[in-house]
Amino acid sequence: MKNGRFARAQRMPILNSILAIVVMLVVLQLWLLTASTNAYLGGDEQTALPAAFVSCICLLLNVGLLRYLYRLD
Amino acid sequence: MTSGISSEPGTPSQTVPPDRASRENQPRWRKDFPIDWAEADYVSRRDLIKYVVLTSGAFAVGQAYIVWKTLQAKAQSLYPRSLIAGLEELPVGGAKTFTYPEGSTPRLLVRTGPEEFVAYDQQCTHLQCPVVPKVSEGKIHCPCHNGWFDLKTGAPTAGPPRRPLPRVLLDVQGQAVYAVGVESKTL
Repeated sequence: MKNGRFARAQRMPILNSILAIVVMLVVLQLWLLTASTNAYLGGDEQTALPAAFVSCICLLLNVGLLRYLYRLD
Repeated sequence: MTSGISSEPGTPSQTVPPDRASRENQPRWRKDFPIDWAEADYVSRRDLIKYVVLTSGAFAVGQAYIVWKTLQAKAQSLYPRSLIAGLEELPVGGAKTFTYPEGSTPRLLVRTGPEEFVAYDQQCTHLQCPVVPKVSEGKIHCPCHNGWFDLKTGAPTAGPPRRPLPRVLLDVQGQAVYAVGVESKTL
C-alpha cells in the first residue's frame, strides 16, 4: 500500500540512510568541536571561525534532512 | 512496601506502581523507564534522528561559543608599546627577565645577535618551570624535566613540552628594545 510518494518498504532504506548521514555529520561536528576547543585553549584564533561555519552547515544539513523526514511521512 | 507484582492467573505478572494508579495516569518518567520488559517502548529511528539533530544543534552552539570567546579575547588583547631594555644593557648572548604587560608572568629577553632579540614567556609550557636560555646551542632549556625549545622560534624540540613558548613581539628602534605584543599561539 502506498502512502505518498514512497511505499513503506521504500521509506525504510531512506530513513536508515538519513540516520546514517545525520550520525556522520554529528561525528564530524564533534571532531570539529574537539579540535577547535583544543586550538582555542592553545591560543590559536584562526580555526574558530571556519570550524563554526562548517559546524553550522552540518546543522543546516541535519535540519534539512529532519524536515525531509517529516515530509516523507 | 508500596509496590508489588500482580499474580492473576493466566496473565503475565506485572509490577504494580507505588500509587496503584493505572499506567495511563503514571508520570511521564515512569512510563519512560518501566520496570516490566513488556512495557518498554523502544526509541524509534525517527526519534533517534530528532535527538541526534538536537545534539547537532548543541555542538553548533558550542562552536559559536568558542567564536564568541575568541572575539572577546581579541578585543582584550590590545598590548601597549613598552620599553623593556636598552641595546647596551645586554651583551650578545645575554638575557634578562621582564614583565609585559605589567603584572604578567615573567618573560625572557635574549640577545641572539648584534641587532637580534627574541623574547618568550619564561614559564615552560609543560609544568611552568622557569626556562634557561642556552644561546651558544641555540636552545632554551627547562631543567625541571629536561625540556628543550628552539631559541629562534620557541618551538619544543625535545622532552615533555608539546607546545611552543608564547612569544613576545619586539620592535628594536635605535638603542631601545620595545615589546609591542604577545603571540600566544601555541599549536
